[in-house]
Amino acid sequence: MTLQDFLMLDLPPLLAAMLAGGTCGLLGSFLVLRRESLVGDALSHAVLPGIVLGFAITGARSGLPMLAGAMVAGVAAVALIAVVQKAARLDPGAAIGAVFTTFFAIGLVLLEVTGARSVDLDLDCVLFGQLETLVWVSGREPGALFDPAALATLPRQLGLLAGVAVAVALAVAVFWRPIKLACFDPGYARAIGLPSRSIELGLALLVAAAAVAAFEAVGSILVVALLVCPAAALRLMTDRYTVQVLGGAALGAALGAAGYALAGPVPAALGLDLALNAAGVIGTLGGLVVAVAALVRPLRQDRPPAPAPA
Amino acid sequence: MSAPLEVQHLTVAYGEKPAVWDVTWSAPPGLTAIVGPNGAGKSTLLKAALGLVPVLSGEVRFFGRRLDDVRNRVGYLPQRASVDWDFPATALDVVCMARYPRMRWWGVVPRAEKQAARAALEQVGMSEYADRQIGRLSGGQQQRVFLARALAQDADLVLMDEPFAAVDAATEAAIVGVLRSLAERGRHVVAVHHDLATVPEYFSSVLLLNARVFAAGPVKEAFTNRNIAATYGARLAVLDEASVGAAAVGT
Repeated sequence: MTLQDFLMLDLPPLLAAMLAGGTCGLLGSFLVLRRESLVGDALSHAVLPGIVLGFAITGARSGLPMLAGAMVAGVAAVALIAVVQKAARLDPGAAIGAVFTTFFAIGLVLLEVTGARSVDLDLDCVLFGQLETLVWVSGREPGALFDPAALATLPRQLGLLAGVAVAVALAVAVFWRPIKLACFDPGYARAIGLPSRSIELGLALLVAAAAVAAFEAVGSILVVALLVCPAAALRLMTDRYTVQVLGGAALGAALGAAGYALAGPVPAALGLDLALNAAGVIGTLGGLVVAVAALVRPLRQDRPPAPAPA
Repeated sequence: MSAPLEVQHLTVAYGEKPAVWDVTWSAPPGLTAIVGPNGAGKSTLLKAALGLVPVLSGEVRFFGRRLDDVRNRVGYLPQRASVDWDFPATALDVVCMARYPRMRWWGVVPRAEKQAARAALEQVGMSEYADRQIGRLSGGQQQRVFLARALAQDADLVLMDEPFAAVDAATEAAIVGVLRSLAERGRHVVAVHHDLATVPEYFSSVLLLNARVFAAGPVKEAFTNRNIAATYGARLAVLDEASVGAAAVGT
């Protein structure tokens, strides 16, 4: 593998996988701590009709309309879940399951109806992402890394991913303490005057944004792996909140990098004729990490059995 | 002086089932217990006062003001079972949460705030467990951490939701000590309480609640066998009246 190959063919997908993994891994901890992993699942699927409509209306796969559409769909899904839960008196799991599958199905139908599918937003891309198609045509030499004109030709998905990653990181940093309390004890947070409800809605919006950005990298199904697996693994490994949150981000980025590398570049470098779907490898690794964390956990288990709830 | 907590015609319902029915009550200064059978709306009354559950109608005043105006004067001790004790946090972390409204939202917790949190842990006899993950504490110790968090708010009125639920003797003694010291310092407590036998010993006033108010006042006057029997035996009658009322509201 030459340096040029790396810059042109491997760097963009590698960066995309790491940004998607890091962003989702960061937000995933909050979902897991709030015992709302399913919400991540729901949001990552429910944004699909928004993405398709954003694409259909503007006719272009530029990031912002799709992001905007996805946010609208995400908010609509969160609101609808609340309404269904209340009106139908369903438990949260049932309400979430009913709403997100419906949204996802509508998204698939819209793909056909709007003709979006015939262009390049196809079913495979929706399901599995398209890391392998990210190419940096100007990445012919290391100097390009410092050349604004060359950098401008980086795949635009990378720009969206980077933008969302920065926004998510900033939001998490600035709202660090309100988010922590909203995860641990939202009722108390409201009782002492912290904007717990807004924080919860904000987190849902960030998850929706992350899901959209990561959607093109790993597909809408495996976004869930990035949201849940790193956070769940850290949950088994640490009792420190900061380690949980920042470690989740780091592990997510590492999963993205390792998954992409193992799918193509590593076998290629070893001379193997083996090219795997990167999203599939990332998702599989995520599951493996959780499994290993669960197996190792008893070794460091020294806490007394959890006290029975009153 | 305005009462620490005053509710007027407060009605709260979950779905169509009324939990708190037209409650008008004013908490006197000092230590007050809210007593009543399971499902009598005791916790709901506290939560409604704090705006944590939607109310159908009614007014709530703390020290004669709206909650938003006096939030820093109102402390809260939720039920221990309401949170996930596996959460990655130490006892000190949890107590520090009481001081969040006084801090920036990011960065490290200022030393002075940490000190206030440590002092609160000291008050409940939990200093040596400050750095322990909360899941590794016993139930009673967890309850004391929650109590310390409520104390760290340094509020004039503390609403406590079943502080004595399923605690060991040491914790019960620690909570009683805290209640007395609060009363001595002129602070007020309204606590949902289950153990009828200890009401006269721990509290000066009582509210007997079963969806609606059955009796309220100083323990010596209101906490009579007759009132208690009426409160605990009247569940069916109240429900009938309330569901008729709810149906009327719904139409």
